[in-house]
Amino acid sequence: MSQTVEVLRHQALDKLDKTTDSDELAQWRSRYLGRKGAVGALFGTIGKLPKEERAAFGQQVNALQSELQKAFEEREQLIREQLLAQDLEEGEIDITLPAYPRQMGGLHPATRTHREFQTIWAEMGFQVYQSHDVEEDDFNFTLLNLPPHHPARDMQDTFYTTNPRVLLRTHTSPGQIRAMRELGEGGSKPIRVILPGMCYRQEQVTARSEIQFTQVEGLAIGRNIRMSDLKGTISEFAKRMFNTNAKVRYRASYFPFTEPSMEVDIECFLCDGEGCRVCKYTGWLEIAGSGMVHPTVLRNGGYDPSVWSGFAFGMGPERITMLKHGIQDIRYFWGNDLRFLKQF
Amino acid sequence: MLVPISWIKDYVDIDIPVELLAEKLTVAGLEVVHLKYIGLPQAEVPGVRMPRSDHLVWDREKLLLARIVEVKTHPNADKLVLAMVDYGGDELEQCVTGASNLFEYKGQGEINPPIWGAFAMEGARVWDGHSDKPRLMTLKGKELRGIYNKSMVCSEKELGISDEHEGVIILDHEERYVAGAPLADILGDVVFDIEFTPNLARCFSMIGVAREVAAILGVEMRYPSFEFVAGGGPIEEQVKIDIREPELNPRFTLTLLRDTEVKPSPFWMRHRLRLIGQRPRNNIVDVTNYITFELGQPLHAFDYDKLLDRAGGPPTIITRLPEAGERLETLDGLARDLGVETILVADTAGALAIGGVMGGGETEISESTRNVLLEAAAWNNISVRKTIKEQRIHTEASARFSRGVHPSQSILGSSRGIELMRQLGGGTVAAGVVDAYPLRPETVTVAVPIERINALLGMDIEIDQAVDALRRLEFETRVSDDVIHATAPDHRLDISPDPVVGRADLLEEIARMLGYDRIPETIMADEMPPQRENTSVFIEERVRDILVGLGLYEVINYRFTNRETEAMLVPDGLPSSLPDAEYVEIVNPSASERNVLRHTLMANMLETAANNARYQKTQQLFEIGKVYLQRNAVLPEESMRLGILLTGARDQPTWRIGDAGDALDFYDLKGVIESLLGALHIDDFSYERATHSSFHPGRSANLLLRRVQVGAFGEIHPQVGQRFRLTDSKVFYAELEVAPLLRYQQRLHKIEPLLTTPAILEDIALIVDADVAANEVERVIRQAGGRLLKDVTLFDIYTGDPIPPGKKSLAYSLTYQDPERTLTDKNAARARKKIVGAARRRLRAELRS
Ligand SMILES: [Zn+2]
Repeated sequence: MSQTVEVLRHQALDKLDKTTDSDELAQWRSRYLGRKGAVGALFGTIGKLPKEERAAFGQQVNALQSELQKAFEEREQLIREQLLAQDLEEGEIDITLPAYPRQMGGLHPATRTHREFQTIWAEMGFQVYQSHDVEEDDFNFTLLNLPPHHPARDMQDTFYTTNPRVLLRTHTSPGQIRAMRELGEGGSKPIRVILPGMCYRQEQVTARSEIQFTQVEGLAIGRNIRMSDLKGTISEFAKRMFNTNAKVRYRASYFPFTEPSMEVDIECFLCDGEGCRVCKYTGWLEIAGSGMVHPTVLRNGGYDPSVWSGFAFGMGPERITMLKHGIQDIRYFWGNDLRFLKQF
Repeated sequence: MLVPISWIKDYVDIDIPVELLAEKLTVAGLEVVHLKYIGLPQAEVPGVRMPRSDHLVWDREKLLLARIVEVKTHPNADKLVLAMVDYGGDELEQCVTGASNLFEYKGQGEINPPIWGAFAMEGARVWDGHSDKPRLMTLKGKELRGIYNKSMVCSEKELGISDEHEGVIILDHEERYVAGAPLADILGDVVFDIEFTPNLARCFSMIGVAREVAAILGVEMRYPSFEFVAGGGPIEEQVKIDIREPELNPRFTLTLLRDTEVKPSPFWMRHRLRLIGQRPRNNIVDVTNYITFELGQPLHAFDYDKLLDRAGGPPTIITRLPEAGERLETLDGLARDLGVETILVADTAGALAIGGVMGGGETEISESTRNVLLEAAAWNNISVRKTIKEQRIHTEASARFSRGVHPSQSILGSSRGIELMRQLGGGTVAAGVVDAYPLRPETVTVAVPIERINALLGMDIEIDQAVDALRRLEFETRVSDDVIHATAPDHRLDISPDPVVGRADLLEEIARMLGYDRIPETIMADEMPPQRENTSVFIEERVRDILVGLGLYEVINYRFTNRETEAMLVPDGLPSSLPDAEYVEIVNPSASERNVLRHTLMANMLETAANNARYQKTQQLFEIGKVYLQRNAVLPEESMRLGILLTGARDQPTWRIGDAGDALDFYDLKGVIESLLGALHIDDFSYERATHSSFHPGRSANLLLRRVQVGAFGEIHPQVGQRFRLTDSKVFYAELEVAPLLRYQQRLHKIEPLLTTPAILEDIALIVDADVAANEVERVIRQAGGRLLKDVTLFDIYTGDPIPPGKKSLAYSLTYQDPERTLTDKNAARARKKIVGAARRRLRAELRS
């Protein structure tokens, strides 16, 4: 073997053994195997050799090139494995360092609860009907069987406006009349709607009472709507809303716009009815007021109450949200403290 | 109303636990909100949950009824006596006591007629009467001023009946009393606290509740006697009635008791009144209260002699409206101006009382009253409601009359009242009742087919069941051809004569008596109405989701504000850009700062940001809510708005960056808006410089959809920020109308195909005059770049050396791509040449090298 080839071979393999990372490997490769590398230079010298030596020398250089290429690949493989082993061995970080926070937004809790309501009621065929916040006295009271000086008007502390005929609705029920008149086509079509919206009462703002609150009211009108349908529908809602098979209790009650009227309680889902602070140790939580639509209200909506019947119910989403999340103070809702909103 | 079970048992036999009764009443609509136990144990009833009561349960062996036989002097103490007590044991027990009400018996030997007390034996547990806080103690023997004592006679406080600790309980003698009987059997009780809805006016008394109990339990009602023993001459000769307004005063009755004695009521009366929260006064006044609560028929007692004086002879009681400027001093000592609709009880000399509400001071019962004229009347409930609102008087009488008391009750009240007065105070009742009854309510009979009841209940009950339910409630019923004809009892005003409404009234009574729990639960079988999509709900919810996805929090503000707060949105000397409309003004606001409905979300949003600023430097908020614009219509325009507010830092601080990094700015807000529009697939939008007074004039814009303005956004005017205490960092705000977002969103937008040909990217930097708008440069590039230019992104703006003054450098990265074929460098170079050329020509731009 040519002296020159042998020297280069020794030198190259020796240097290759000393490489420790990919940079050094790359350098080595370009120095020996690159276009202008040492092996290439040897090829360049072939032409200067005597003719008879050229073939043998060329063979030797070719063999050297193959050998070095193979050695390079082996070395590269070895270093890669070493580096991997080292990274796995030593590349540990402090996993307890705080995370980089991601920017998250969030829906207001009232919206969340409304969506739950809307979804459940939509599945039962009740669609959203939106109505005014600022209402006429007639719609808020008189047409709902609450004539002037009706005792039940005292149950509702009303915000009146400078126009004596106009007030802020105290409940979503005026929407019942508007929905009947708009969708009922002169008392000839059945109706199934929910009426969500903001309502207003003239109260002292405290941890337990607010001057504005949302309500969701439901209304079903048909030729064959029964009290048993009301019970079945509300029980189904409670099952889906509270995700339980909790018992539901129906109590006789009074609302001027329904008769018979009933309050709906569900077995307290916080204590399974055993009694706790939230349910005031009664085991029951009040979730809705409901009843069969009063004949006078049906009439005012354009229906003949001797042929048509219906049921209505109303619920307070804030109260239900408070129950579900153990919120003590109703003022949190419109206080919009981000520390509150970010907890949902 | 407080209802002692012992009182109810006067009228109805109850053989179920009180806890179960409370549940049954509650379910039937008489909501029992609390049970107060007096001495009796609380029962566990399966299926009925009650808050656990921590009251004192009276030991049946150690707390006993005892006769106080004699009261002796304590040898060593003036303020103590020795009560000699027969508690059924072999010997009398000697109790050392300081009870003030025993002193009158001191040293009188055996007390006769006998009196009775509540005796606590050694070892009995009672409340500590001397402790301010509730504390139980066990009786132990000890010396009291030299006399050994191991038991006691108890006060109401010591037994947990009331807070009374002035003296001990002294019961009047009754034949049934036996010394040593468990006290629990005599004074043990459970007091129901019942809340009545307005339709339950008929229940607003012990008899009213007892009737419901009897109906629910299906047992007979035992009414008290309404007879009275009369001995005097006919009452008609001694008083007359003149009703001038029968609509307001449909009935007025009077009875008269002569030669009676005004004195304290006996124990049973005082005890019952105290149990229901009333303060006993004297036998006459106590009877008026007692009947009010027993029957629900309020009474009023006049001193008859004072009426004689005023009239100068037998008086005529007149009920009438006030004369102009008429005043009356009522029992509470106030001289009241009387409203034109206030019905008065008067005599010929003037006003005596406000009908159904409160008596006058001059003719009230006093210690010296001998002759009592007793009024029991009926008043129009609406008129009474108006009066109590106007006069701000709330009495037990007005509470009942304002809900409605049936005129049939007047005669029952006056008869029973006068007899009780006679029994308690002695005297002679004049014969008869003066009964003026000019306006009888019509008797209401309602017909309802059983088939209709079943159709509405969703049940299949027998007609007998429905009839039974109504009979238990004292309806008179008649059945013919499967139709029930039910006549309402004469204590009820709530059954409507309207045939359809009356049916609903009966349906409710039948359902209540059956029990709501027995109505089945069914799925609606009725025809489904046509389904309509509510697109405005859809868009609002979609907008919420998009903004939450962009990292914003939803807030919901009060829809109230005040004019001054919204005026703060307009800097000094600038014309207002707020909506040109009137406010909806509240005449009875809960607070003066919330006396109008808002015209904009902006003030509410800035207030919310200011409230949060203490805890949150960075805030990204939005609200979707209404504003209220009062124009010419009766009702205001209710317009849905979207408000977006950004302030603080773009990124949250981390240990890697070190601090919060850059402040949010105008372009962040613009990014939120464009992301929103993008997600709604609204692409025809543009901006123009805004002239909205609440924004910084140089850093705000109007948003236009299809060239129509839908809102403005930008940096809040510094003066406005200051007024809302938002000075730490700049506030960026947008307010948009929601309706156009609904109108212009595309729900059927086309999806672009995914290209597989390679793209060529290159950068280009143009030097232009500093005042050239960025969107102008981009438009020129896009037009010149033509079809192949897929994307243009500004990635750098640079001014300063070596860019000449008055100029800026804008660097863009350009993406060329052909959907059909692979582009060559030559294609790109050609496009680039066109772009540079156009920029030179149209923008006088130089290529930066
Ligand atoms: Zn509970």
